Amino acid sequence: VTVKRFAHGSRVPGWDEAADLSKDPSVVPDPATTPVPAHVRAEIEAKMAAYPDIRSAAMPALHIVQREHGWCSPTAIEQAACVMRLTPAYLTAVATFYDMFSTTPKGRHDVYVCTNISCSLRGADAIYQEMLSAAGDDPDFHVQSFECLGACDIAPMASVDGEYVGPLEAEDCRAIVEDVKAGREVLPDKQLRKRKAAGA
Amino acid sequence: MKQLFAHIDEPDLATLDGYSKRGGYEMLRKALSMEPQDVLHEMLDSGVRGRGGAGFAMGKKMSFIPKGTMDKYLVCNADESEPGAFKDRELMQKNPHQLIEGIIIGAYAIGANKSFIFIRGEYKLPADVLDAALAEARAAGYVGERILGSDHTLDLVVHRGAGAYICGEETALLDALEGKRGNPRLKPPFPAVQGLYKGPTLINNVETLMNVPVVMRMGGAEYAKVGTETSTGTKVVSISGCVQRPGNYEVVLGTPAREIIFGLAGGPPEGRRIKAWFPGGSSAPVLPGTDEYLDLPYDFDSLAKAGSMLGSGSIIIVDDSISIVNVALKTAKFYRHESCGKCTPCREGTNWTVKMLERIQSGEATPMDLDIMASVQEQIIGNCLCVLGDSMAMPIGSMIKHFREEFEAHIEAARERGGLGAAIPQVNRSEYGGAYAPLEPATVS
Repeated sequence: VTVKRFAHGSRVPGWDEAADLSKDPSVVPDPATTPVPAHVRAEIEAKMAAYPDIRSAAMPALHIVQREHGWCSPTAIEQAACVMRLTPAYLTAVATFYDMFSTTPKGRHDVYVCTNISCSLRGADAIYQEMLSAAGDDPDFHVQSFECLGACDIAPMASVDGEYVGPLEAEDCRAIVEDVKAGREVLPDKQLRKRKAAGA
Repeated sequence: MKQLFAHIDEPDLATLDGYSKRGGYEMLRKALSMEPQDVLHEMLDSGVRGRGGAGFAMGKKMSFIPKGTMDKYLVCNADESEPGAFKDRELMQKNPHQLIEGIIIGAYAIGANKSFIFIRGEYKLPADVLDAALAEARAAGYVGERILGSDHTLDLVVHRGAGAYICGEETALLDALEGKRGNPRLKPPFPAVQGLYKGPTLINNVETLMNVPVVMRMGGAEYAKVGTETSTGTKVVSISGCVQRPGNYEVVLGTPAREIIFGLAGGPPEGRRIKAWFPGGSSAPVLPGTDEYLDLPYDFDSLAKAGSMLGSGSIIIVDDSISIVNVALKTAKFYRHESCGKCTPCREGTNWTVKMLERIQSGEATPMDLDIMASVQEQIIGNCLCVLGDSMAMPIGSMIKHFREEFEAHIEAARERGGLGAAIPQVNRSEYGGAYAPLEPATVS
């Protein structure tokens, strides 16, 4: 039996995709050759000052550059690394751990549909499919099924650019897409922020 | 009796004025006029137990923090990501000042000068509300240097996470807060000795810290009279799934579970009955919906005795229209996704459990697979740095234990559909180790 071999004799295809072995290891970016917008620099530096150890600002810094660039692109990570005096590799390691950082290009508008236990007991899987087809192949939308978003009281629910809405029905998915496109408030009647506490 | 939910829907409660009007920050003044040691004693006397999952006595945890003038930290765990839990979200969004007051008093009791609220990144609105409340509190002199003219100084930072359930585990949370990947640490040393930035660190859940001003107001001894002897105080219970009125309800600990599920939340939809319920979030072993379990008092010890746990106080109801195999698969997939991958039993165990459950669904499994799955669960428990793997193993193990017949029927039906024929009948199950048969020690020949 011949075992199929890939790059460098490995049996695992794509194991070296993330690394370009012909390049030198990345170093802390040089401020002279890495342009960072002044407001991004100021914001990250303010975060760095809030902690006893500047590394604690890694996550806030990634939030900032992701907001600026739309995703954690190599340029975005390089800018954060330049301000924080860390290697891009370090920040990439952090960014790839967390679900909210995307190291691949994504749409501007995040629609997280919760498909965890409580929501799926109330039909979240169908809502997710409906949401996918409502958004279609619009490049502005980033529809993702998400683990529990912590709003089981409005199950099935979704987070649209951080705004929690629910309980959703199939026709709400199309309304969400239209509201976002028109720049309106998303489903004003179903926003969690307006909901009264059940046990008040 | 409502402590945290008393004015929860008053629109101005989230503002400093609204909170102060209802007696807010008075307990901070009272605490600052006492010795830190005496504040700590009130907490010890109250017997209030952690509301985040483990149920450890808060006063005791505080007393583990060494005395002295080293840099100490108080971290509020607001990374509420447990499926079924959503109490902290509502509390922070509607009553942020009570949390801030609790943190300041807690930090005073242990002598911490720096504290953090680690809130999950998805909670954008509660984080914004906290930021605004914190700015108000800072302007009023409740947070900052020499609070209200005392010697106590405290800086408070709201730190937003970025979507990882594991960061709710206290040592993973500390790693994340230090700007690393959120991997759990080896214990000991426990965070009380060596935590954030290698300093002594107290980590408490949002609801636990919000009880601090309540304890101060009532006095520890008086607080201990509410609830049962070992589970004192009130608890905000999140109830969701197949119920008519899902939501957060504040109840006195020891209230019968039936009263919460049927009385407050309205029970399952018309014509349905409860098949199973998670008493404390998705990581609690499930209990069947029989009278024996529904009549349990809802407190830490009664649920532990019944083989489950109160956890974060999140009840998920599964009614009889739902296949238990689907619930098991959803649960297992969640933990597979959230496992950080540091420890082998959890990383591999969650992955293989999902694969085995998918085999059950597709009809490729035999009833023997249930035993293998149960033994995988047993081998996860207690063998990892943190309890994420255990959190899958316990519910899955309990589902196999309580609903084995349904799993078997599902396997047979799926095999029939797939034209695979009946599975080999399993006659000597106990010999090869049933779900909870003790494992034979390995012998070396």
